[in-house]
Amino acid sequence: MKDNIVIVGGGIAGMEAARQLLKLGYNPIIVEKSDRLGGHVAQWHCLFPDMTPAKDVVSSLIEATGRANIFLNTEISFMNRLKDSYNIMLTNGVSVIAKVVLVTTGFSVFDAGKKEEYGYGVYDQVMTNSDLEHWFNDGNDDRIDGSEMNAIGFVHCVGSRDEKARNPQCSKVCCITAVKQAIEIKKRFPDAMVYCFYMDLRMFGKKYEDFYIAAQRDYGVRFIRGRVSEVSENIEGKVIVKAEDTLAGKPVKVTLDLLVLMAGMVCNPDCSTLAGMVSLQTDSDGFFKSRDNIADITSSSRDGIYYAGACTGPKTVPETLAEARSAALEIHSYINRL
Amino acid sequence: MTMENIFGFSISPSSTVNLDNVDLTLFNRLHELEPDAWKCMSCGSCTATCPAGNFSGMSLRKVLHALQRGKEKDAVKMLRCCMLCGKCSMVCPRGINTRHLILSICKLYKED
Amino acid sequence: MIYQGKQKIWADYQKEIPDDKWFYVRSCIRQNFFPGAERMFLEICRNVLGKDFYEAANHTTCGGIAYHCDTIPQETVMTIVARQFALMTEAGYENYVASCITSFGNYLEILETWHEFPELETRIRELLWKACRREFKKPKYIAHASDLIYKYRNEIAEKAKFRLINRQTGEPLKVVEHIGCHYSKMFPSKGVGGAEYPYVLCGMIESWGGSVIDYPERRHCCGYGFRQYHVKANRGYSLSNTHKKFESMEPYHPDMIITNCPGCPYFLDRWQYVIAEMEGKTYGQNGYGIPVFTYEEVAGLVLGYDPWDLGLQLHQVAVEPLLDKIGIEYSPEDKYKGLNRKDIMRPELPGVLKCC
Repeated sequence: MKDNIVIVGGGIAGMEAARQLLKLGYNPIIVEKSDRLGGHVAQWHCLFPDMTPAKDVVSSLIEATGRANIFLNTEISFMNRLKDSYNIMLTNGVSVIAKVVLVTTGFSVFDAGKKEEYGYGVYDQVMTNSDLEHWFNDGNDDRIDGSEMNAIGFVHCVGSRDEKARNPQCSKVCCITAVKQAIEIKKRFPDAMVYCFYMDLRMFGKKYEDFYIAAQRDYGVRFIRGRVSEVSENIEGKVIVKAEDTLAGKPVKVTLDLLVLMAGMVCNPDCSTLAGMVSLQTDSDGFFKSRDNIADITSSSRDGIYYAGACTGPKTVPETLAEARSAALEIHSYINRL
Repeated sequence: MTMENIFGFSISPSSTVNLDNVDLTLFNRLHELEPDAWKCMSCGSCTATCPAGNFSGMSLRKVLHALQRGKEKDAVKMLRCCMLCGKCSMVCPRGINTRHLILSICKLYKED
Repeated sequence: MIYQGKQKIWADYQKEIPDDKWFYVRSCIRQNFFPGAERMFLEICRNVLGKDFYEAANHTTCGGIAYHCDTIPQETVMTIVARQFALMTEAGYENYVASCITSFGNYLEILETWHEFPELETRIRELLWKACRREFKKPKYIAHASDLIYKYRNEIAEKAKFRLINRQTGEPLKVVEHIGCHYSKMFPSKGVGGAEYPYVLCGMIESWGGSVIDYPERRHCCGYGFRQYHVKANRGYSLSNTHKKFESMEPYHPDMIITNCPGCPYFLDRWQYVIAEMEGKTYGQNGYGIPVFTYEEVAGLVLGYDPWDLGLQLHQVAVEPLLDKIGIEYSPEDKYKGLNRKDIMRPELPGVLKCC
């Protein structure tokens, strides 16, 4: 009989791991709390650095995991340790015995409304990076459709690297996402001024620096080193942004038709629920704690429980996929050892 | 209608750079001549190596930044101290032909 | 502007404000700036609403003004505040309400400091005992006086004779609300509505019929800023900040400004004269300024008190155009008659800013 492997979360990490585990001859069971697979990536438009359509990545994963057991709209009710396996009860009434549980619960997007000074949900022309991707996908958002777009701003690090928001960690992907979105916006509105307000630009990945140079040189995106301190709305309903241009040592302000907040990745609140069931450790940032952050990132401190993707911290798509494959291999050798 | 000030203090002009009012017509022409004019990332290598900078306050980083923020007078004043030695082009990590750029700035932003 | 978005934030920042039995402390400067305001507060709370508000004749400054001007050390301010708390304890009260915003912030800051550093509280108790043989209990609740008027706003609206509505057009008056910096910027959770979108004055305006203006420099300081104003060399900064606010609110054509701080109404009012003299510019209609009020004065006006009993003749910017808009009757010849109907003399009228 094929071994059951319960995968908690049907995002790209869960699906990629399922794909690999199917190939290795296991019976992956994906438990997804929403009504669809693909997680955050399924709602994204295209992915850096090659502008790959996100839906292509997700649909090929969905295709590859067709043979797995998939429970949508389902969560873990409870889970307890047996001798060398786990007894898992799902909210749909199904109970499963599995030697291995792979946690791929991913991240949550920071609720930008918590940064009250940026006016998300209060000022008409303020949106988030996710909202903008939605618009790229379906072209339907009053904030863009109803207004003339002469000046657009991006605020980096919204809710990340921010102790006031209780998220001191860097969300890693927002710098390059902002550059990507700024270029896409500039392509749609070539005459608009596009500003990026940043603290540091962390262009760590393959071809990211090329993206940044292109944004500056070829697309004329204006990078202003300074964190936005305050946003307000003028009588015409446009937003006024205040920051310091720290390279000039002068306060700077600008009137914008649209402000995009780069809301960061924060830990999924499901982290703590799941951690409580089988006493898994979480880190100071709220994400799951790996057994070792260098040599053993996919292992938890409990036998038979593995991690992949952004449930242990902010990750890019290729990092997440690589971790899912790595976790599948770790699981394979763990089961062979038993 | 402005009157004689009897108060001994006055309304100070704001030091805020208002990007709404920055006129970039000249800078956009510079950008056509010098596509790298927007490529600077303000690392400061040019300034650190500039033989004129230590004595005169000349800084190519600041010149470019000032032009981008519409402070043309400040930029032109600083640039007067440049000796065109070309050391900055040796150190620029972004490979900007700084000497060529400086000459283009001088041509475009001629003082009257 | 998405009103529901603000309501969501307002719902997050509601604090418990006991209904009755308050120990009231006055501001150092308000009685000179706006002499009717504090009197009206007690009049409304005690006589209109029948609440118990106790005032001790021997209370002093809280020391906040000197603390923020860097002229006395924090231990001194704490000892002064400890004495105020002792007066409250001796009078048998547990709820402490301050008339002044800076006092309110000062009390919160001190209680928070004592919470973090209990050894400091012990030391202050010793200092107070040595200085004047007094002991104190910490207040159970601290409120700013505007929190109370906010709490009573609907009761006041029920008893009101006038509403903040333009009698001729039937439209709500356009009101700028200005919150003192020390109200909630230090401790957002201690202010009604928080720090970014405070609700304390908006609530009064809405309840009394007006509409609130949210303009770009709404959160900006009035310009008083203690060290800016008190040092003459810095006074231009004070004026410049006020000027910035008026330039920002100008396109909205506000009918009036309501404030909840001792300094703000003074500077927003008086600097309009100085701006008019320096720049030749006025911000109200027909050469007048935009009248500036304390929330107690506005409460008094809607309740039908005589404008001159509220002390409105001491404002620099003429209030008469606003009284006419609301339809409040007043007698121009009584404007400069004192309480005993004695002539208190007329001020010289400014050259640019139109006054009555």
